[in-house]
Amino acid sequence: MRPKQRGAWSISRRVSCSTAEHNPRPMYFLKLIFKNVFRAKLRTLLTLSGLVVAIVAFGLLQTVVGAWFAGANASSDARLVTRNAISLVFPMPTYYRERIRSIEGVKLVSYSQWFGGIYKEPQNFFPQFAVDHNTYFDIYREFIVPPEQLLAFKRDRQGALVGRKLAEQFGWKVGDVIPIRGTIFPGTWQFTIRGIFDGKDETTITRQFFMQWEYINEDIKRRFPRRGDQIGVFNILIDDPSRAADVAKAIDTEFRNSLAETLTETEKAFQLGFVAQSEAIVIAIRIVSFVVIFIIMAVVANTMAMTARERIAEYATLKALGFSPGYVAALIFGEAMVLSLVGAGVGILLTFPIASAFAASPAGAAFAVFRLTPETVGLQVVCALIVGVVAALVPGWRSARVKIVDGLRHVG
Amino acid sequence: MIAMKIPFSYIFRNLWTRKLTTFLTASGMALVVFVFAAVLMLDAGLKKTMVGTGSLDNVLLIRAGSETEIQSGVSREQAALIEALPQVARSQTGDPMISKESMVLISLVKSGQDKGSNVVTRGVSPMGLELRPQVRMIEGRMFRPGSSELVVGRSINREFDGAQIGQTIRFAQREWTIVGVFDAGNSAFDSEIWGDVEQLMQAFRRLNYSSTLIKLASSDRYDSMVADVKADVRLTLDAKREQLFYEDQSRALSAFITILGNVLTVIFSIGAMIGAAITMYSSVAMRTAEIGTLRALGFRRPSILAAFLSESLMLGLVGGVVGLFFATFLQAITISTLNFQSFSQLAFSFTLTPKIVVITLIFAMVMGFVGGFLPALRASRMRIVDSLRAA
Amino acid sequence: MNPPLVEIRNLVKTYTRGDQAVPVLRDISLNIERGDFISLMGPSGSGKSTLLNLIAGIDKPTAGILRIDGEDISKLTEGELADWRASNIGFIFQFYNLMPVLTAYENVELPLLLTNLSKAERRERIEMTLGMVGLTERMDHYPNELSGGQQQRVAIARAIVTDPTILVCDEPTGDLDKQSATDVLNMLKELNDRLGKTIIMVTHDAHAAEAARRMVHLEKGELLDG
Repeated sequence: MRPKQRGAWSISRRVSCSTAEHNPRPMYFLKLIFKNVFRAKLRTLLTLSGLVVAIVAFGLLQTVVGAWFAGANASSDARLVTRNAISLVFPMPTYYRERIRSIEGVKLVSYSQWFGGIYKEPQNFFPQFAVDHNTYFDIYREFIVPPEQLLAFKRDRQGALVGRKLAEQFGWKVGDVIPIRGTIFPGTWQFTIRGIFDGKDETTITRQFFMQWEYINEDIKRRFPRRGDQIGVFNILIDDPSRAADVAKAIDTEFRNSLAETLTETEKAFQLGFVAQSEAIVIAIRIVSFVVIFIIMAVVANTMAMTARERIAEYATLKALGFSPGYVAALIFGEAMVLSLVGAGVGILLTFPIASAFAASPAGAAFAVFRLTPETVGLQVVCALIVGVVAALVPGWRSARVKIVDGLRHVG
Repeated sequence: MIAMKIPFSYIFRNLWTRKLTTFLTASGMALVVFVFAAVLMLDAGLKKTMVGTGSLDNVLLIRAGSETEIQSGVSREQAALIEALPQVARSQTGDPMISKESMVLISLVKSGQDKGSNVVTRGVSPMGLELRPQVRMIEGRMFRPGSSELVVGRSINREFDGAQIGQTIRFAQREWTIVGVFDAGNSAFDSEIWGDVEQLMQAFRRLNYSSTLIKLASSDRYDSMVADVKADVRLTLDAKREQLFYEDQSRALSAFITILGNVLTVIFSIGAMIGAAITMYSSVAMRTAEIGTLRALGFRRPSILAAFLSESLMLGLVGGVVGLFFATFLQAITISTLNFQSFSQLAFSFTLTPKIVVITLIFAMVMGFVGGFLPALRASRMRIVDSLRAA
Repeated sequence: MNPPLVEIRNLVKTYTRGDQAVPVLRDISLNIERGDFISLMGPSGSGKSTLLNLIAGIDKPTAGILRIDGEDISKLTEGELADWRASNIGFIFQFYNLMPVLTAYENVELPLLLTNLSKAERRERIEMTLGMVGLTERMDHYPNELSGGQQQRVAIARAIVTDPTILVCDEPTGDLDKQSATDVLNMLKELNDRLGKTIIMVTHDAHAAEAARRMVHLEKGELLDG
């Protein structure tokens, strides 16, 4: 019942308009967002570079934290570690081995001793263990050694087995003689590399050096009789990982009230013990990795705030045309999301080469395993999403709420 | 030629008008400054702790080649030889000022953790206390020589549930009773447990000491002592000034903190400078007409440049002051962590020094300057006619 | 007799500045018939823009009745009002208010996004409307590539593309040179004459006001004539 005059170009059908049920026209919406993102090119570029730096930094810091847990991640549920209850620096007599072997549930017993020597300079630190050459690699199956090399190691009293990463770091080959100055066991020791082992997978630590405990022990026994036949830890393979707690308890009960009481725990717990000792540093790095996200959050939020303020008249116009406040807020949210996700995408892509470069550098060599995990990448994405949402919160809310009349007056 | 300056209040009000943006930019900078200051404070705290641990006039002797007291061994014969050296100071009663010590690490459980942390347990001779004048009892009493009694450092007392007066610790088939708490003036000794050296060695069935500590009769006799030790083939020992020894002990940890801190600071400050640049560019863009007006009124380009640079420097300064303000609260925090070198727990606090305050504020202003320079340059280069037209 | 398209009874609008109430419109009553073209005139601060905003549904009255096409729009919620504007009002602003990131074509398409028209239907309408304002050749240009007069013609196209009941124009010629202003006014006149669009225009330019069928003067929030 609208008596209307219509021209040739006019429209015969009255269009129904309803924002409540209107089709959001996603393509158009996205186009508008993308065009808006790259409107202030300099600012967008600056914000993006900030985001990239932050996402890369976050990824690297998380990887550093991850490196701390390398030992724990590489551990097996089927292995126990027995040490002196007083602390790790106290040894236990080697004859404990027979008594541990007799305990039910124990499959294999080997032992190892922290050697703690210096190769040329203290900065060249890497872990060295004097091990029972006959059994150690039966328990640690993740170290993959060619059989003939393992045999050669077992036959040479002064032989050594080194991990791939370590060998690559110092350019060692089979047959090289490596001098190591002892700090716990006095003197300079010569070891001949008889084999180079690889890891079963990426979590295996191949930045390690193994030598024969028997060689060290015989020498030490001759020079310091009281220090002979003493070992740092027993490495135990058990039949059934689900009974680990019971077996550990049985072992410790066996040596209660003896001269060297023992503390037995799963390998993972043993490794986590090291992490716990430097927990403060791990926590600090974790906090800092989130601080970097906060900083970038402030930067992106600032960008969005300025953007929204400059466009108040535009948003008011859209609202006057009948677009809902939600639509306007969604535009700002979309823009923040595009910004942070593009930044995160570039950042994540850059994290991979930077992490590899760092792992190959002298500083990165200090970490046994320096690997960017899928979890870290996932966290980077989550952080970017959060940054986007938080950055859009205040400007989005403000723009949605601004009175059309006030917004229109804001024409510059 | 009148050098016209743009009033400071104009700069300040511009920041104040855009509160949200100013707030966000300054908080970004404040966070960076906070981290920057925290790293410096941590390193300063660590250095202060380690330097405070040793006295310059004390000399520590450990077995040649060993890096730490834990790895070292000094036989009774060697200790006796050192005691007789002429460089060793004598007490009022004429006794040589030497402490023969035995050190072990025992595993104790920190409050709130379920894993043990290595704690240095040091057996000291009666002279041990006199050689370390910074150590004084603050609670309970000293252990009685010849008894299974222990005293604990302040940090140990605070961080470990089982290290309170009256409690007992079981190790080496004995129950040890804690009878006192000592304060070692924020030195590494605060993270140690002390007992009678002879009792501890008996319990651990040790024949050798870990180290011997002597006081020099006079500081300048250090070199002659080192020479004497070297000359005696029976003394396969390294002699080092106590202060230097402890400084070296924290070298790896200090390097770690410094490297990590510097890398972080560089990364973070890039972010903050970008934030400042964004803010300042927008500030310039939004005030194009104003800039034109100021120029039309007769303000020169350098004045405009200076005005925008001051605005950005001020932003940096605000961030710096706020970041530093929050960083001062860190002084209440003590960090206890594993010292990689000694393989034992070491507690140290964030320490704010005047030098750190100055460095931090300069750092904040530099961030503001770098972030604001290009935008300010753009502002000063605008042509009057163009910028007026933007009105 | 048909009721008037716009029926205003005892309309009051008061702003609060600080803790002080500032009356902008005091007791306005006015009818606007369908097909009318009126110009609201008055010195700045007279309340003419406020009255226009109220009729356009982008501001709400403090008291009084404001009925448009039989519907009391002061009773509508924010969301309902948005829908109502989308189907009933076409806006023309002094500074055109085009989206700088969108082409002329896309700017005109904007209000159609709130309808259920298909892409092809939209295209048909947009091309027709842009043809009406004589900008077919320029439809892929961005606002900053167009002159002021051209931009305002895009804005007019945007205003009429949904075929709204009322066109509200706030100083539509305020930012234009004389020739462009005349073009825009002629276009408005034609929309009124040929298509019967009801147009309400705020202006303080007497020349522009002459284009209207009727002039309404406001001063200090009150009507001087009816």
